[in-house]
Amino acid sequence: MGNTVSFGGPSVVSAVEASGEPEPDRPVPRRLLTARGLGDRLFRYQLTATGLAVLAIMAAVGLFLLLRAAQALRVRGLKFLTTAAWQPDVHNFGIAAVLTGTLLIAAVAVTISVPLAVGTALFISDVAPRRLRRTLVTMVDLMAAVPSVVYGLWGLFFLQQHVIGLSRWLSDWLGWIPLFTVDGTRPGEPLASESVYTASTFVAGIVVALMVAPIQCSVMREVFAQAPAGEREGAYALGATRWGMIRAVVLPYGKGGIIGGTMLGLGRALGETIAVYLIISPVFVIQPHILQTGSNSVSSLIALHYGDASTFGMSALMAAGLALFLLTLAVNFTASSIVARSRSGAQSEA
Amino acid sequence: MTVVEETGLTEGRGEGTDVRTDADGPVDAVPGTELPDRPRRIGGVSRSGVLSLAGAAVSGLCVAVLLFGEVAPFSGALGFTVTAYAAFLAIYAVLTGLEEDRQAVRDRVMTVVLWTAAVLLFTALTLVVGFTAWRGREALPHGNFFTQDMQAAGPLDPLTHGGIAHAMLGTLIMITIALAITVPLGLACAVYLNQIPGRFSRFVRTIVEAMTALPSIVAGLMVYAVWILGLGMQKSGLAAGFAISVMMLPIVIRASDVVLRLVPGTLTEAAEALGAPRWRTVWHVVLPTARSGLATAVILGTARGIGETSPVLLTAGFTAALNGNPTDGPMISLPLAVFTFVKSPEPTMIARGFGAAAVLMALVLVLFAIARVIGGRGPGHQSKRQARRTAKASRRDEQRFAELHAPALQLFDSGSHDDTEQTNDSGDSH
Repeated sequence: MGNTVSFGGPSVVSAVEASGEPEPDRPVPRRLLTARGLGDRLFRYQLTATGLAVLAIMAAVGLFLLLRAAQALRVRGLKFLTTAAWQPDVHNFGIAAVLTGTLLIAAVAVTISVPLAVGTALFISDVAPRRLRRTLVTMVDLMAAVPSVVYGLWGLFFLQQHVIGLSRWLSDWLGWIPLFTVDGTRPGEPLASESVYTASTFVAGIVVALMVAPIQCSVMREVFAQAPAGEREGAYALGATRWGMIRAVVLPYGKGGIIGGTMLGLGRALGETIAVYLIISPVFVIQPHILQTGSNSVSSLIALHYGDASTFGMSALMAAGLALFLLTLAVNFTASSIVARSRSGAQSEA
Repeated sequence: MTVVEETGLTEGRGEGTDVRTDADGPVDAVPGTELPDRPRRIGGVSRSGVLSLAGAAVSGLCVAVLLFGEVAPFSGALGFTVTAYAAFLAIYAVLTGLEEDRQAVRDRVMTVVLWTAAVLLFTALTLVVGFTAWRGREALPHGNFFTQDMQAAGPLDPLTHGGIAHAMLGTLIMITIALAITVPLGLACAVYLNQIPGRFSRFVRTIVEAMTALPSIVAGLMVYAVWILGLGMQKSGLAAGFAISVMMLPIVIRASDVVLRLVPGTLTEAAEALGAPRWRTVWHVVLPTARSGLATAVILGTARGIGETSPVLLTAGFTAALNGNPTDGPMISLPLAVFTFVKSPEPTMIARGFGAAAVLMALVLVLFAIARVIGGRGPGHQSKRQARRTAKASRRDEQRFAELHAPALQLFDSGSHDDTEQTNDSGDSH
């Protein structure tokens, strides 16, 4: 007990008084849920059953893909990861090419979308005129809901022709970097065929970037908006400029949101099917030159071949789908663990 | 640039505690004089700011013209823009640096960069939507586009033949099936995650969160593996509905979970304290409180589900005919119709594809607008009509209580009233 306190008269007296009182008088919190009625028990069982059902559905996705893929995976073993060709009917197939393509497209997309998304999110949360903010937020959220096939159409019929200049410029000036090399062209040659620049990883990446940027932006903006007003005002009171405040308060606070939003966009970019399928011309070699025509991705491989696949071919496609599934799952788990560990998430648990 | 930002700092301005710190505004406060009682400007326009912005823009343009026309062998519209922009930024930094310190220069330049990022993104997005709507203008004015299917129309037929009625019906049926599965299951699961905490529900939540970015084609593959390969069913609208449900379920659960978490704990505690069993608390307190948010979650999930192509591609098959029976025969949805239309080289088919895409986009827009209207408020905030209804109900309750306990209440009421009056009086007399 605390009656050895030596602070002064009154506190000692009160402590003695407190200790003199009998112990059981301390308020004990009322215990809830001691006697559950029948209705409540049924309710709990039902809800738990729903939770189980959802879990079962989610587990079924992985399980059935694995079951169906087993046949193909048994045939190829580890070569499934290292082969670039896709000829399942002669048992020569693997995801080296499509997986590289998927990763490259996602990398291009994230490289383009993240600066845009961070900039726009900061713009909406801190720079934009107050009247505009609600409109901009609504616009970003709406854009995140625009179907991917619309982005695909735009990429195919609009961007494809207009991006050639940019591709050529990049390959002319940065062609010495292997990533930007385009076979069959020389820098500064004006008459080179334009078709070598179309249907490339780069074009698909731009389209996917525009598709995921609103999603990333909306996640980031939400976190930026939660940055504590007291700290913002403190920074201003210390004489920070607006950018100084953003760097000192908003960005450190929103780090988790930036990473989480980026990963969420990455997950979407990895799994995007239709927009990519419409734009690229599929090749089954590892294509590291992002500006050159020809690319591939796991999901567009599935969309391309599911119709004419034999039973074994279908099993091979299931194996490719399983690989994509595991990849996005890994990205998502990383994202949610980063967001959960960061300070940004702390206040969303209201 | 054209922003005057007022932070919470300025709210106490009537009390004379506000000090104007002039880090980035024009230096006009002479030390020693009385400081004006004005809020600090954090962004905002000043004459010199506008002038240096305009000057930098003009000279950036001039530098680019000079480089491209006279000095260096650059070419291309894009290169021109990039050079002009870089020159503009550099010159703007120098101009601002003439009268400001380094912090302020950095602030000004970054403000311009943020504006650029936002303008760039919004322009690109507007371009995407506008382009589709613009190209859809060829097919949309034809009435038959909305009432006929493509059964009788060949690829070479003009736009006055054939339409997307079959795709519209297909989308409607598929999304109905998906909603019939997703709404009860998703909402119940979200309630489970919130109401029955524990290790298992945390695990379910983790899995659901990881599944939100499930590639839609994987959802399609899963239903293909189970329903078509496993159970030997044919491709149909029902299978597509299942595939869309698998894709939508995590999205709806996660969004509803977030909304339910925002229901004030005091409300549920009040219900518990009144002795309500848990299920009554959920049914009468939690769900009604979160109603608008839950509707938003469902509608946003619907918007995603309607727009997905790949699950439908794998599971619904393809047809040009109107098919109203989801259990029998192939069916087609709007995004799938867009996809198949634009794969054709015929201009009329491509025009139909854009028309269908515009319809799809309009559908998403309408859903989104509905979500905004009913979901604009957080949990616990009521619309005017709801507030009126609640007020009426509580007036009725009050009357009921008054009738039940009339004498007791009367006594208690008047007693406490007198008490306060007395204390007030004594306070005044001091």
